[in-house]
Amino acid sequence: MEGDIGNLGQYIGAGLAAMGSGLAALGVGNVAGNFLAGALRNPSAAASQTATLFIGIAFAEALGIFSFLVALLLMFAV
Amino acid sequence: MATEADGQSAGGLVFHPMDQFIVKPLFGDGAVGMFTFTNVALWLLLAVAAVAALMVLGTAKRATVPTRSQSVAELAYGFVYKMVEDVTGKDGLKYFPYIFTIFLFILFSNFLALIPTSFSPTSHIAITAVLGFGVFIAITALGFIKNGVSFLGLFWVTSAPLAIRPVLAIIEIISYFVRPVSHSIRLAGNLTAGHAVLKVFAGFGQIAAVSPFAVLGVVAIFGLEVLVAAIQAYVFTILTCVYLKDALHPHH
Repeated sequence: MEGDIGNLGQYIGAGLAAMGSGLAALGVGNVAGNFLAGALRNPSAAASQTATLFIGIAFAEALGIFSFLVALLLMFAV
Repeated sequence: MATEADGQSAGGLVFHPMDQFIVKPLFGDGAVGMFTFTNVALWLLLAVAAVAALMVLGTAKRATVPTRSQSVAELAYGFVYKMVEDVTGKDGLKYFPYIFTIFLFILFSNFLALIPTSFSPTSHIAITAVLGFGVFIAITALGFIKNGVSFLGLFWVTSAPLAIRPVLAIIEIISYFVRPVSHSIRLAGNLTAGHAVLKVFAGFGQIAAVSPFAVLGVVAIFGLEVLVAAIQAYVFTILTCVYLKDALHPHH
C-alpha cells in the first residue's frame, strides 16, 4: 500500500460524493411515488401532469448529478 | 485489486471505463487543435445528417397516408409542438423551430451514441454547455426585449410578504444563474454516467465466474440507456420551454 496522502483524500472524497447519488435517488423516488399516489386517486388528471412530473424529476436528479460530477472531478481532474 | 490482475492475465482486455470519452483526432495522432477533425466532430456531423435525413425524407412526399419516415417525422413534430404550446402558450410557438432543433439534435446525438464503439458528443460538458448557455443567453435577451425592465419582476416575488422579498430576490437571482449550469450538466452527467456504467459492466465480463450476469447486466442497462437518451432529450426541451415561459410571462 504505497501512495500519497493526497490520493487517499481524493478517493475518500469521491466515495463520499457518491452518497449524493443515493440521496438524489430518494428525491426522485419521492417525486415519482407521490405522482403515482395522486394519479391513482384521480387518473383523469394524471395525463396533464406528466410534464410537471418530468420537471420535478429533472430538478431532483440534477443535484445528484452534481455530486457525481464532484466525484469525477476528484478522480480525474484534481 | 486481485480481480484486476486476473483480468489482465486472462484476456488482456482491460480498459478504463472513462477511456470512451477521450477526444482524439480521426486522422493521425497529432494534438487536438481548433480545426482538428476529431471523433466528436464526426459524431456531431452524423447527428446533424441523421436529423436532416429524417426531416427531408419525411417531408419529401407529403402523402395523405404517411410512409414510415413521414410518420416518425410527424410524430416528433407534433410531440414537440404540443409541448411548446402546453408549457409556453400560443405566443411561445414563434420560438418552436429553435426548440424543435434542440430536441432533435440532442435526441439523435444520444441515440447515435448508443451504437457500440461510437462516441457520445452529449457526454461532454463543452457541447451541452454551448446548448445550455445558448438557451440561457437567448432567453435572457428575449425577456429584456419583450418586457423591458419589468423582466426583473421575475426576481421580485409580489405574492410574498414585503419583508422577505429581498431575501427571496437573492435566492431567485442565484437560482436563475445556476439554471444554465444545471441545464447542461444534467444532460452531460446522465450520459457520462450511463455510458461509464455500461463499460464497467462490460469490464466485469472478463471475470469468468460473473461473466453471464455481466452480459445480462449490459443488456439491461442498455435498455435503460435507450430510455435515458429519450428522457434526457425530453427534459432538456421541456426545461427550455419552462425558461421560455418565464421570459415571456415574467410575473408570478
